[in-house]
Amino acid sequence: MDTTMKKLPAKPVDRKKQVAHWLIAIATIVIIVWSCTGINFGGIKATAGQIAGAIFSGIFHPDWSYVYNGSGEDLISQLWQTICIAFLGTFISAIISLPFAFWAAHTKHKHWYTSRIGKIVLAIIRSFPEIVLALMFIKAVGPGSAAGVLALGFHSVGMLAKLFSEAIENLEEGPNEAVIAAGGSKFHVIMFSTMPNLMPALISNTLYRFDVSIRSASILGLVGAGGIGYPLIIALQYRQWDRVGIILLGIIIMVVIIDWISGWIRKKLV
Amino acid sequence: MPEQVNQLPKRKFKVMNLVWTIIMIAGLFISINVTNTHISVLFENWNQFADIFIQMSHPDWSYLNVVWPKLIETIKMAVLGTVIGSVVAFIYSLLIARNIVKNKAVTGVLRVIMNIVRTIPDLLLGAIFVAIVGIGPVAGILALAVFTFGVVVKLFYEAIETIDPGPIEALTAVGANKLQIIHYAVMPQIITYFISYVLYAFEINVRASTVLGYIGAGGIGLNLQQTLQVFNYAQTGTIIIVIIVVVVLIDYVSSKSREALMK
Repeated sequence: MDTTMKKLPAKPVDRKKQVAHWLIAIATIVIIVWSCTGINFGGIKATAGQIAGAIFSGIFHPDWSYVYNGSGEDLISQLWQTICIAFLGTFISAIISLPFAFWAAHTKHKHWYTSRIGKIVLAIIRSFPEIVLALMFIKAVGPGSAAGVLALGFHSVGMLAKLFSEAIENLEEGPNEAVIAAGGSKFHVIMFSTMPNLMPALISNTLYRFDVSIRSASILGLVGAGGIGYPLIIALQYRQWDRVGIILLGIIIMVVIIDWISGWIRKKLV
Repeated sequence: MPEQVNQLPKRKFKVMNLVWTIIMIAGLFISINVTNTHISVLFENWNQFADIFIQMSHPDWSYLNVVWPKLIETIKMAVLGTVIGSVVAFIYSLLIARNIVKNKAVTGVLRVIMNIVRTIPDLLLGAIFVAIVGIGPVAGILALAVFTFGVVVKLFYEAIETIDPGPIEALTAVGANKLQIIHYAVMPQIITYFISYVLYAFEINVRASTVLGYIGAGGIGLNLQQTLQVFNYAQTGTIIIVIIVVVVLIDYVSSKSREALMK
């Protein structure tokens, strides 16, 4: 037998692609190395391990007396407040998002730049830091959960309206044309064809945003905008690790339950 | 022709829709009550709110010199956080993919840990790491690394579980060990997805890293906190504009490269 048959044919090589891949790889490594420069890794506190251990043992030996004591400052009431902030914030943002979504969706306009401008506005709203927004609302309505609700309500518009507008862009034209053919006005088109077809996507996206809002609401307290974040930052500052433990545990359980419920509803919708 | 034909069939009345509506309205009232939100207060104090906006819209450009090095530090934090988190997530995702590790007990326990890590929000991680390692960018990098891990590990392992089992079987048949299977059968099928997910995580991290400094975890957020504390909204405006420009720019570049990758 011919011995050359035993060898596999060589892999075809695309030089151009290979060079491009190597260049990208080298650029990535350069960026990573550059990132390591100038950051002081030696500045870690000597007690780091000890504190990490304390927090860990706090999670396993939580301060159970904090769970519920009827004062309104306990874990259950703070978590409940967090959920309410997220709920109301999401509700407000869903209402504000609808007109923005129609603005940013590229199917509804005569001029191409109308939707482009809408998309840019949404990108700016998305990038405006939530915490700064919360602080501005604290100036306006005073510290407390109302500021958190308003901050969430406005900040979420950036993401939610983007998801909504994508849902609008994915709609089929058929039902709209049918309503127009039957003599319906623009209002009829929205009432009887666009909205009913859009509803499942709107609800599903809003529920998804609610999941995200729950996480946001639990950190807004760090700046004094209500919710569970405030007692957490206080407990961290006063080094009450068992309390930090129970609060973390509470947040984790709350997020898991909410995720689970909203996932279950979304599955039923589809 | 009978007359009923001209009429549309009546819409079916769904009880569940009514129940959901009632739940929503009840939730609305309860949450307004609990959070004590009155929109009227916002309108009463609208001037104060608008005033901050007006001051912010006259940014103090001389402040850019101070912001610039902090911005670089922020991006460095985002890069390092993404890299560390993705490397750990890569190894972890191989351990929890059921088509690679057959032991259901191991994958099950590791998945529960993953799901717990995924629930903790980014700033909360930042606050905890500031308490552990002290104020500075290292706390931010660690927080971002854990956060990145939570974001990408799920995407990673789901990508691994959906690969074509053929190459794995072929390599098992010729007697390859686990590392060889991963290198020759798994990696070629998932590497583009991985890069795309890492870029996606980087986008999120840039966004997150800009506020981490607010709680002392390094980066541009520190300046945000300082200027807000002394009510210097012109300087705050400068920072916010810089943040928006950087975030939008990196989002754009990253999403374009992800599109190019998936082609």
